[in-house]
Amino acid sequence: MDIFLQTTINGLMIGGVYALVAVGLTLIFGVMGIVNFAQGEFVMLGMYASWMLATYLKVGPYPGLLPVGLIMLAVGYIVFRTLIARVVGKPDEVAILLTLGLSIFLQNVILVIYGADYLTVQTTIKDAALNFAGLSLPLARVVAFVVALIFVGLLSYMLAKTDLGRAMRACAENRNIATLLGINPKFIFTLAFAIGIVMAGLAGVLLTPMFYVYPGIGTLFNLTAFVVVVLGGMGSVPGALLGGLIIGILESLTGTYVALDLAPIGTWLVFLLVLFLRPSGLFGRRVN
Amino acid sequence: MLEIKDLVTGYGDLKVLDGVSLTVEEGETVALVGSNGAGKTTLLQAISGLLPVWSGDITFRGQSLPKLQPHQLPALGIAHIPQGRGILARLSVYDNLMLGGYIAAAKAKRSARMEEMFALFPRLKERREQLAGTLSGGEQQMLAIARALMMYPSFMILDEPSLGLSPLMVETVFKIIADVSQMGVSILIIEQNLVEALHVADRGYVLETGRVVLSGTSAELMGNDKVREAYLGI
Ligand SMILES: Nc1ncnc2c1ncn2[C@@H]1O[C@H](COP(=O)(O)OP(=O)(O)OP(=O)(O)O)[C@@H](O)[C@H]1O
Ligand SMILES: [Mg+2]
Repeated sequence: MDIFLQTTINGLMIGGVYALVAVGLTLIFGVMGIVNFAQGEFVMLGMYASWMLATYLKVGPYPGLLPVGLIMLAVGYIVFRTLIARVVGKPDEVAILLTLGLSIFLQNVILVIYGADYLTVQTTIKDAALNFAGLSLPLARVVAFVVALIFVGLLSYMLAKTDLGRAMRACAENRNIATLLGINPKFIFTLAFAIGIVMAGLAGVLLTPMFYVYPGIGTLFNLTAFVVVVLGGMGSVPGALLGGLIIGILESLTGTYVALDLAPIGTWLVFLLVLFLRPSGLFGRRVN
Repeated sequence: MLEIKDLVTGYGDLKVLDGVSLTVEEGETVALVGSNGAGKTTLLQAISGLLPVWSGDITFRGQSLPKLQPHQLPALGIAHIPQGRGILARLSVYDNLMLGGYIAAAKAKRSARMEEMFALFPRLKERREQLAGTLSGGEQQMLAIARALMMYPSFMILDEPSLGLSPLMVETVFKIIADVSQMGVSILIIEQNLVEALHVADRGYVLETGRVVLSGTSAELMGNDKVREAYLGI
């Protein structure tokens, strides 16, 4: 029972970070209809940025959230203006090819710069843990979970209650109508994309104390985020949150009770089940 | 206020408007009538910059509109209610109204303006948290007008506001349009409902296959034999 509880909580914690990655993906999809297959690579970039800050400037992982967030905002802006803006509103396969290409490109750029080595960040938080009721909660996971949920909450609030969020929802529904209201869709799309990328980068920062950093790690998060978004319903923020937590727990349970190597299999089984039973996802709009 | 000169435009290779000229003076309500496919909506799309102009010019208070970005028009005081009402169905009534006041000039006075709109359209107040897509057709048209008024416009463009509404609702909508005109807003209204349109309008234009074939005061048009034959069947 204790092992079960411990495993579930461990999964829940990491699930919060999956939710943060997925929320970025779902925001981009919801606002401009583009599935960003390079989302995981932006997590990877966030991890390398965090690693560099820690290694060269001795900035710990959590103070690094702000600079990495700003760097990712700039990266998102540039990537949108130079690449993504060209494919908004084009047939799906154009955007898929572009973001898949971007994913391969980013992996290889990092491979050239940093090599294929597995890097780690030296930080004291790695071994720290909170102990209570017979459970041991690694501090890095707890912090990652709490911070991730705060960012998911901020994003939800922004979308629901601010003019920027309303403008994003308006552009998502009908760009021309939004324009007639004085909204500049290009500006809104740029910001939505950049915020989605910031979410991925921040997730990278939160994951750095727990994961090895290497050029191909983004692939892992691409798959997970994609499954989470499909599970929760494409374009739904609450769906991405719930989906992230579910997938985190499932992965953790599979890893403990089936086999560590097979942890992703549980994820894929759920994914297939969702596609069979409720293709629109938990919170998705039904598509006819 | 609005001056369109020899406007030519269309879609791809298809020329839809072939040299249209039209003016709307300050404070005036002008009706543009014409049968299906005449190019009325196309003209409005060109005014709003959603369709590029091939030749000719459109000026608003002396400023050439095709030189601007489409999203800059509301800040000049132009509110365009497109054909089909253009409400955002997946947003609440409240969010639709809030976005009506999105432009900087309107934002400052937004909550006061919303109260005015709720006083004018009590139905919208009752339904403020509802998704706009769940409103009835008439309520959606009211929302579209209220949202446009949130901008404090000086010029309002309406594309077939009576389309798909019951006769009673049509009457209500035209009464609201007359009220908007009373507020000092200049209006360009497109209609197939000729009698109602000329009733609220000071002047009118008849568009046929991309050209203005007739224009004059509402009384002149109502008395014109061709108009009576084509639009009233008498
Ligand atoms: N997006 C488009 N692409 C190609 N052709 C179009 C497009 N929109 C309209 N047209 C064509 O342009 C012509 C004028 O259309 P428009 O919508 O301006 O007519 P309208 O006068 O508004 O008619 P209605 O009263 O039916 O709304 C029509 O022949 C139509 O088929
Ligand atoms: Mg039309």
